[in-house]
Amino acid sequence: MSILALPKAPTGISGFDDVTGGGVPRGRPTLVCGPAGCGKTLFAMEFLVRGITEFDEPGVFVAFEESAGDLVANVASLGFDLAQLESDGKLVVDHVNVPTGALDEVGEWDLEGLFLRLGATIDAIGAKRVVIDTIEVLFGAFSNTAVLRSELRRLFEWLKDRGVTAVITGERGDGALTRHGIEEYVSDCVIVLDHRVTEQTSTRRLRILKYRGSSHGTNEYPFLIGKSGISVLPVTSVGLQHHASTERISSGVARLDAMLGEEGFFKGSAILVSGTAGTGKSMLAAQFCDAACRRGERAMYFAFEESEAEIVRNMASVNIDLAQWVDAGLLRFHCFRPNLLGLEGHLFETLRLVGEFDPAVIVKDPVSDLLRLGTEVDVSAMLTRLVDFLKSRGITSLFSCLTSEVERSGAQHIASLVDTWLQVQTIVGNGEHNRVLYVLKARGMANSNQIREFLITGQGIELADVYVGDEGVLTGSARQAQEAKERAAGLAREDDLEQRGVELTRRRESVEAQVAVLWRDFETESELVERLLSNGSVGVEDRAGQRAAQGRLRRADPDDVLAIRRNLPVGT
Amino acid sequence: MSIGTRASTPTAEDTEIWSLRLYVAGQSPRSLNALANLTQLCEQHLAGRHDIETIDLVDDPSRARDDDILAIPTLIRRLPLPERKIIGDLSDIPRTLAALRLRPAVAG
Repeated sequence: MSILALPKAPTGISGFDDVTGGGVPRGRPTLVCGPAGCGKTLFAMEFLVRGITEFDEPGVFVAFEESAGDLVANVASLGFDLAQLESDGKLVVDHVNVPTGALDEVGEWDLEGLFLRLGATIDAIGAKRVVIDTIEVLFGAFSNTAVLRSELRRLFEWLKDRGVTAVITGERGDGALTRHGIEEYVSDCVIVLDHRVTEQTSTRRLRILKYRGSSHGTNEYPFLIGKSGISVLPVTSVGLQHHASTERISSGVARLDAMLGEEGFFKGSAILVSGTAGTGKSMLAAQFCDAACRRGERAMYFAFEESEAEIVRNMASVNIDLAQWVDAGLLRFHCFRPNLLGLEGHLFETLRLVGEFDPAVIVKDPVSDLLRLGTEVDVSAMLTRLVDFLKSRGITSLFSCLTSEVERSGAQHIASLVDTWLQVQTIVGNGEHNRVLYVLKARGMANSNQIREFLITGQGIELADVYVGDEGVLTGSARQAQEAKERAAGLAREDDLEQRGVELTRRRESVEAQVAVLWRDFETESELVERLLSNGSVGVEDRAGQRAAQGRLRRADPDDVLAIRRNLPVGT
Repeated sequence: MSIGTRASTPTAEDTEIWSLRLYVAGQSPRSLNALANLTQLCEQHLAGRHDIETIDLVDDPSRARDDDILAIPTLIRRLPLPERKIIGDLSDIPRTLAALRLRPAVAG
């Protein structure tokens, strides 16, 4: 810590220390003001209790309003066991009974009694923290307000001198932060709590009006009083510093993954699926969860229009068995009407549930239902925080949204928040309407620009082959007709080939037959020739013999002559 | 300082014991003034029938809880009942008497 940095005392109140960069100013008084029922007393008490339990700083609670018994009972529901802390000597709840109606005042007086009493209590337990709730009650008891004011100023100075970190509560007045303007004495840190009802939804808000010597967010931060005390929900207090994962996860639809650069969504990204009613958004969402569970990851499904049983049944009809994941503890449903909680309550509940279950993916189906919970600005702010929160935890989120709602600016806003935007719509034509899906936006990945027909089959969602006709992508029966046509053309080609094959075989057979005939002729001829060749010499010898034989037959010569002539080889 | 005349016959009121308690803080001027003023008042108007208990919160701050003491000095009329609480250094005797609902003793 640098020398210049103002030392701070962490309150331990969830989220508050984030938005103040460490808590309230240490050793100085902080004013917490707001209307009745805004949670001032609880804030102050939590500051003390967490100071004791988490930071080992004993504390004194000076109650001017509620009796000690009431206080103990009121915070017991939040799990604060004041009696135990008191018996441990870490906490003193000192209830100061302020007389109703002005006291008789004669002459000069001061609040030394309060100082001494408080000082003794602080010393008794070595308190580092002090709460004074609500000191303005004193204005009802003392008629000389000039003296009272100067004494209060002295009180705050005294607290500062003692080095205790103090929280002083004050009730909001007309046109002023506090009814009696005590904010002018507590100048280091002023926190305003508020409790507003807009459009039938109540929202608690916290604002840091002033924090001397420290940077702080000036936004109004929603806060909730939950089962474990106050939770302040920071609006992107950390800025955009999410870890960007390059890891990809499947959408659950193989061909959709292919459209998204072959690999699916980025892990930890936010996905919007928008479309008109009945386009299969919920099914896409459920299949996304199914894919996560198949990978052994946990998935959380927030449904605002259907019950768990309905979703499981509907998905079972397309053979996607979600019940097995529920049984295996991988999938958890939270089905409720969004107006049950209110906008901030919704965000808080999501944060709490996600914190508990630690899922890898979540689905909000449909996020457009949330738009009815507040003004567009509120919804946008809430969604921003939701997406930031999920991203910071590396949770991949899928939001479905009715297209008609996307037109509203609140939903437009989510379109700019998300990383991937899939649009599902129906195309009407040829007397039918068909579902198509396309990627409107996909940050940081190569993606398909194609409009794909989207089929709900017996095995969930599938993307059909693309048929591009004269009028663009063909869908439904036009696609089927095209498929049939292509199939028919294919068959014809097949027939043709087969025919050609047969012809070729036949030709080969005929060629072979012809060759065989030619061979046969040739062989006959060659046989003859060979025979002739081998018989040639015999013929020459025979001619003489033949002639002799002929002569004998003709009786031309006497036998002896014939014999002589036979012995004469030439010249005959 | 007398406020008119009154019947001098002693009544129950005139004889009952007044029990007073004064909370002070050490030797602060206001504390000392208050004690001095109270003592004077009692001697004048409650002669012989008063009992003053002085509690110094500097010595024992926890005593402040007994009567929910915030302001110093604080005077408590414990008896006669009902209890009454007066703050301040009691520098104005007539107002103190009025606040204590104490009828001034007849002058003289």
